[in-house]
Amino acid sequence: MTTQLPPGMHLETVDDKIMTLNVGPQHPGSGHMRLIIKVDGDYIVSCDPDPGYVHRGEEKMAEYRNYIQNIPHLERPVIHDSSNILYPYCLGVEELLGIEVPERAKYIRVIAAELNRCIYILYWLAIYGIFLGHSTMFMWPAGDRELFIDLLEAMSGARVTHAYLVPGGVRNDLPSNFEERCLRQVEYFEKRLKEYEAIFYQNPLLKARTEGSGILSRTDAIRLGTTGSVLRASGVDFDVRKKEPYDVYENLDFQTIVMKEGDSYARSRVPYLEMFESCRIIRDALKKMPKSGSVRTKLKPNPKGGNDEVYRRVESGRGAIGYYIVSNNRPEPYRVKISVGSFRNLICMPYLLKGEKLGNMPAVYWGLNYWPVEADR
Amino acid sequence: MSSGTEKDIEVKDTTEEHSDNSENTAKSDSMSKGEAKKFYEEKGLDLSPDVPVKPKPVPIFEKSLADKISSKFGDKIRVDYVRADRIRVTTKREDIVDVAKFIRDELKYDHAESVSGVDYPDSSEIEVIYHLGSYTDEKLGRQIFALATRVPREDIPNPGSDTTRTPSLRDVFYSVEFHERECFEMFGVYFEGHPDMRRLLLPEDWADIPPFRKDFKIKGR
Repeated sequence: MTTQLPPGMHLETVDDKIMTLNVGPQHPGSGHMRLIIKVDGDYIVSCDPDPGYVHRGEEKMAEYRNYIQNIPHLERPVIHDSSNILYPYCLGVEELLGIEVPERAKYIRVIAAELNRCIYILYWLAIYGIFLGHSTMFMWPAGDRELFIDLLEAMSGARVTHAYLVPGGVRNDLPSNFEERCLRQVEYFEKRLKEYEAIFYQNPLLKARTEGSGILSRTDAIRLGTTGSVLRASGVDFDVRKKEPYDVYENLDFQTIVMKEGDSYARSRVPYLEMFESCRIIRDALKKMPKSGSVRTKLKPNPKGGNDEVYRRVESGRGAIGYYIVSNNRPEPYRVKISVGSFRNLICMPYLLKGEKLGNMPAVYWGLNYWPVEADR
Repeated sequence: MSSGTEKDIEVKDTTEEHSDNSENTAKSDSMSKGEAKKFYEEKGLDLSPDVPVKPKPVPIFEKSLADKISSKFGDKIRVDYVRADRIRVTTKREDIVDVAKFIRDELKYDHAESVSGVDYPDSSEIEVIYHLGSYTDEKLGRQIFALATRVPREDIPNPGSDTTRTPSLRDVFYSVEFHERECFEMFGVYFEGHPDMRRLLLPEDWADIPPFRKDFKIKGR
């Protein structure tokens, strides 16, 4: 008997040799998502990612709130990278409303974004370490994260959900001794980072598990539209901070980290090396920043955007984040679409896990720098 | 005993303060329009709601790209705007695959950054908009090419079986695969020729209308 199934539904055929495993959504090894994995013995035959367990409808919520009310909830998808996910929203709203940002605020925003990038990468590195059975690599980054969390707490007043970037600048000025304190923490942090190299990146166990596994070629990285560290680990020199510099990134001195191997090892190493560049950016920004001046352009109460649309993007810890904002002469946006790096990198998961050993799944999965909550929005 | 009475007195004091505060805020909330205007003027805030419109020069490089595509397709496309780093083109859904192939092969855009749906219930249409970028061409690093099309919208949607459908661009830009799946479940736009048009984020047993349509309201708002 054949039945007509509605679109979006399908029947599965059963094979005696192939076993279907659900990795997640409760299993900590997958984050808040499910991977439907089919295995033949020890090898993965196919992988079907099933995200959506933490879908909160951020885009729908944004249509019901005005431009200022949207700030705190839009950072919720990645609370430990909150400055970077708010950054393109602020840039977009500024373009829609025609607001100029003071020079000092631009530098402060860059510093906040780079501190947040380090916080995110350290958090990711801690999880990556523990899932490869390296518990020191869980403890160290989780502890060193506190250095920058303290700095951002001094800047914004909140430890994790800062809501520090606002359309028109930043919420408040830096505390009085910030520059000196920041330089001291960054210097100590760089010293700590160098210790990661010997204990983690030169560790033969890590190399054995990650080198040569989950190889993504340059052509495929481009074809699949990947972004962020996944793209740069496959040899594509693309960083939004360099290619389409926003705020003051063009004045600052830093490099793009590119590796050619395209395997899990390269994907885990690119974010690590980027933290050194972030430290360089923070130092340079502190040096070039105007020492005084306004940090926020006041908006009109309940501002209305024109009949216009805007697409702005920035580079976050997980790749490019783009905001597409449509406005129709109302205080609320008509439509907000958030295109995030995690969602764009999701597509290479079935591609990379095919043919991999099941035990190596966490090494490939977490190497993708994937954050389920951000992908679902 | 004495400590107990002290506590009682303290509690009373704080409650009185609270009631005072609430009265004050109530007064400031019930400010008349004239008072509010005066209040904002004293603070130096401008109340005029209009966005300043500054005419910007049309950039040369972006103009050359837009000219290329409009000379090839003529009436089939409409160039909506050409701004610094941003071009937007609207086409009919019958032509979208040809236009996308031209963008990929001649203009050298190689991946999709995002695929968004925008619901326009007033004109009974849903807009599907592809934001395309390039990794391979050095000159296009800053550029985003927005390719839009409009599909008819039905008041009582039946996703997958009604006229809300458009050809999929998955064979042209492989990277749109998951983005189109998201657009299908959130707006009910069926992409013809997509190999795997299943739901992605919504639960399997979702039985309501596509949630990002404007007639799907959030409760309590």
